[in-house]
Amino acid sequence: MKLFHLFSFFAAYLVADSSDVENSVGQFFSSGHTNNWAVLVCTSRFWFNYRHVANTLSVYRSVKRLGIPDSHIVLMLADDMACNHRNPKPATVFSHKNMELNVYGDDVEVDYRGYEVTVENFLRVLTGRLPLSTPRSKRLLSDDRSNILIYLTGHGGNGFLKFQDSEEISNVELADAFEQMWQKRRYNELLFIIDTCQGASMYERFYSPNIMALASSQVGEDSLSHQPDLAIGVHLMDRYTFYLLEFLEDIHPASKANMNDLFKVCPKSQCVSTPGHRTDLFLRDPGSVLITDFFGSVRKVEITTEAINLTDPIQQQEESSVSEDANKEMYSYVDQLPVSEIIHQKPKQKDWHPPDGFILGLWTLILLVFFKTYGIKHLKHIF
Amino acid sequence: MGLLSDPNRRRALISMLTRLNAPICMLCYCAGVCWFMGLAFEPFTLRTYMSENAMGSTMVEERFPAGERALATAREFAAHKKKVGGMPVDWLVKTMQARGLEVFTQSFSRVLPFPDENKERYIVKGTNVYGILRAPRAPRTEALVLSAPCSPGDNNNQAVGLLLGLAHYFRNQIYWAKDIIFLVNEHDLIGMQAWLEGYHHTNTTGMKWTPLQGRGGSIQAALSLELSSDVITSLDIVLEGLNGQLPNLDLANLFYAFCQKIGVLCTIQGRLQRNDWDSVSGYSHAVQTMMLMVMKQASGRPWGDHGLFLRYHIEAATISGINSFRQYKTDLTTTGRLVEGMYRKLNNLLERLHQSYFFYLMPSLTHFVSIGYYMPAFGLLAVILLLRALDLWVQLVAPPARTEDGIAEIEQSSPGVRSVLTPLIISHLTGAALYLMPVHFQEMAVEHFPVSETEAVVLTAIAVYTAGLALPHNTHRLVSGEGTEQGWRVLKLVAVLYLAVLLGCTALINFSLGFILALTMVPVAAFVTPDVPKVLSAIVFVILSPACTLLFSVFLFQELQDMPVSLQDGWMLYISVISQGILDHYLFGSLVYPLIALMVYPCWLLFWNILFWK
Repeated sequence: MKLFHLFSFFAAYLVADSSDVENSVGQFFSSGHTNNWAVLVCTSRFWFNYRHVANTLSVYRSVKRLGIPDSHIVLMLADDMACNHRNPKPATVFSHKNMELNVYGDDVEVDYRGYEVTVENFLRVLTGRLPLSTPRSKRLLSDDRSNILIYLTGHGGNGFLKFQDSEEISNVELADAFEQMWQKRRYNELLFIIDTCQGASMYERFYSPNIMALASSQVGEDSLSHQPDLAIGVHLMDRYTFYLLEFLEDIHPASKANMNDLFKVCPKSQCVSTPGHRTDLFLRDPGSVLITDFFGSVRKVEITTEAINLTDPIQQQEESSVSEDANKEMYSYVDQLPVSEIIHQKPKQKDWHPPDGFILGLWTLILLVFFKTYGIKHLKHIF
Repeated sequence: MGLLSDPNRRRALISMLTRLNAPICMLCYCAGVCWFMGLAFEPFTLRTYMSENAMGSTMVEERFPAGERALATAREFAAHKKKVGGMPVDWLVKTMQARGLEVFTQSFSRVLPFPDENKERYIVKGTNVYGILRAPRAPRTEALVLSAPCSPGDNNNQAVGLLLGLAHYFRNQIYWAKDIIFLVNEHDLIGMQAWLEGYHHTNTTGMKWTPLQGRGGSIQAALSLELSSDVITSLDIVLEGLNGQLPNLDLANLFYAFCQKIGVLCTIQGRLQRNDWDSVSGYSHAVQTMMLMVMKQASGRPWGDHGLFLRYHIEAATISGINSFRQYKTDLTTTGRLVEGMYRKLNNLLERLHQSYFFYLMPSLTHFVSIGYYMPAFGLLAVILLLRALDLWVQLVAPPARTEDGIAEIEQSSPGVRSVLTPLIISHLTGAALYLMPVHFQEMAVEHFPVSETEAVVLTAIAVYTAGLALPHNTHRLVSGEGTEQGWRVLKLVAVLYLAVLLGCTALINFSLGFILALTMVPVAAFVTPDVPKVLSAIVFVILSPACTLLFSVFLFQELQDMPVSLQDGWMLYISVISQGILDHYLFGSLVYPLIALMVYPCWLLFWNILFWK
């Protein structure tokens, strides 16, 4: 008797479990992303811009530590600080003064170096339009299930970012590049972080969905550097990235910290500038987005011994006879995501304007002049 | 119709020009002088700021430790110098090699056109010793120079000691991106000229030197040290170079930034800065500092060993230590740290200093006036000459006054080119004589008169100058258009335009020289006619001539430096200034002496001719 109960209990559990597995399979493939990419760009060269290289390398370090492999990171550094002749500690790039933390390490893989960091190369990496001979390490081979982290640092202004002291990328160009990425299904979700002066101007023009953006300062504000090192003779880091690094050092691959914590990094009291963020293009609620969704490469693994049907069994389809009155449908592309409904836009103005007072008055004047000149007797010719 | 093409309006303009010419000229002159004096008023100046991004804010902690050892080295150097009786070349070579530099020497010799009071001999021979610290990891494309002169007697020993101490400290560091050349030059400027010519493979002054065996890259910046005491109370920076050229203002800004950081008193023109710009004494202090800079720039001499670097587009300055009666003394370690900090900042440079101003005046070390602000002062003086030229043109072109018979008209025929050409040629020949005769005929002068060669040269120059004053009475026999009304007007027109062009070009290159010449020559040029009272105006003329201007400048210069001289000493100083000017021209290519002899003096003679036209 007891055995029967146990057996039925066990059977019920199995049935329930299998249906659970079926459900969780559904959930497994309905979640957002399957792989992570990172594009980290430092746009300034010269020894006195040491801090921009240190910024980028510290984000690189965190991203690698949290699991994104080098094959999925595109690192672009415009100048070589570690081997610069003026570096009193060659082969190191420090982010904390008194040489506490060397972010250069011994396993840094720089994909675009020196003069290869140009606006053209950056946009080609993002959109994937690279020449056939480009090696895999220099390509962003993302698909529509990739979450991409894009980090830019350097000198910027209202609406532009300076590359290498010779050219600029504007916020419109960047927004268009992201739209190209969206239309080519090159990302699932995108996190854009920028640490420059007036950084918020760079994300003002985004219009593609699923982009979340953070910047270190608002328009009209300067992002300030953090600490000078008296032995090396330069500023080592920018404030925003310094506190970002401190925040990320506490994150481990299993941590559940979400984006709302990231928005609180470096308040005005620490950063002097006001960091900003933009989440209106993002579909999910930022509170439910984990930091590791972008900064780490967390693979979901579920172990099961059950066999699961992923698709319905294949069935033969009867050939339907072609009937003469088969209506030929005109096919057109469905609007995949009605962007205009998501971004609350103003309704478009209609082109035709009813005549307003000015036009009425003008016609009245013309008529009056006509009748004054030619006399009222001509009225009968008109009516 | 347009303003100038409408005859009525043109006549009105011209009549206004002729009526108001003299008042406007005087107004412009006063405005020019007031503008110049106002340049030193602090609200009209700008604070200095660092323009070069690569030299950012000073952040390096300087760690030079070895001031005492530098003093010991200095004493050794002094002992060896006394033993050898000149430059201790072997000891220097050995010491520099011990510090790990690549050491080379260069010997040079120069035949002076005449011996000056310093050298007392015709031939100057010497040796330069320099050591190159190669950058540990950088390609050898750029270099910095640190130099100290080897002076006779007890001067500048500590500078050489500090140089060697810094060489030892710098050699142990790995962060140098440029080669550093440590140079000890003999005979001050002559040795420096030989070294620079050898380094850049030029030979502009006829000096003989051995080619340099070792070289760095292109020199980005240079500093010259002058220290003659173990402790100092303040550091002075000297900026004026050859022909009035100045280094980039960023170099002075760098010096001041480090003075602030390390806490050393810093001066310019040997004067401390004052904070009370709104009081009369504060303002006059600033004016005196600016006048000192103007006079030093106008003399066209290099006022430190750095002055010769500027010609090669190398920014250079001289830092000299002053030991006065102040309580707080700075030791050699602190001075070494200041130089170390400056060199670390210069090390960060990626290109030559070019972001800041090249033409400026400094009423104090923290304030400067750029060319855009001081040039109008000269412009106002030049406008006077142009107004005068217009006035003369109007007088020449206007129809002559009619008389009853037509006889008067015939007399006033155009004077022709000859009346203008003759005074021009004769004046310039006199100028050429002033340029050539003093040096070439010094032997004859020494034979006949019991003076030294230097004095002979100068006295010959003064004699030729004075002889030129007698010219008008002699040239009138040759000039055909003498005595005519038109003749002197044409000559004055030509002379005024010539003076305007000359002063304009001079002011562009050396503003101070142009301005000082304009101050004295423009009034005489504007108001000279044959009709003014002769004796009075002749005296005024001579007082405002270039030679007397120089005499007064010498007295004023001594006065401004708080070392006033008596008439006797002033005269001797005047003679030495002229001889130095001539010597600078032959040795380094200074342009002041040929400019005055070949251009300014003939121009002045033209006006002298006009004065004695009748």
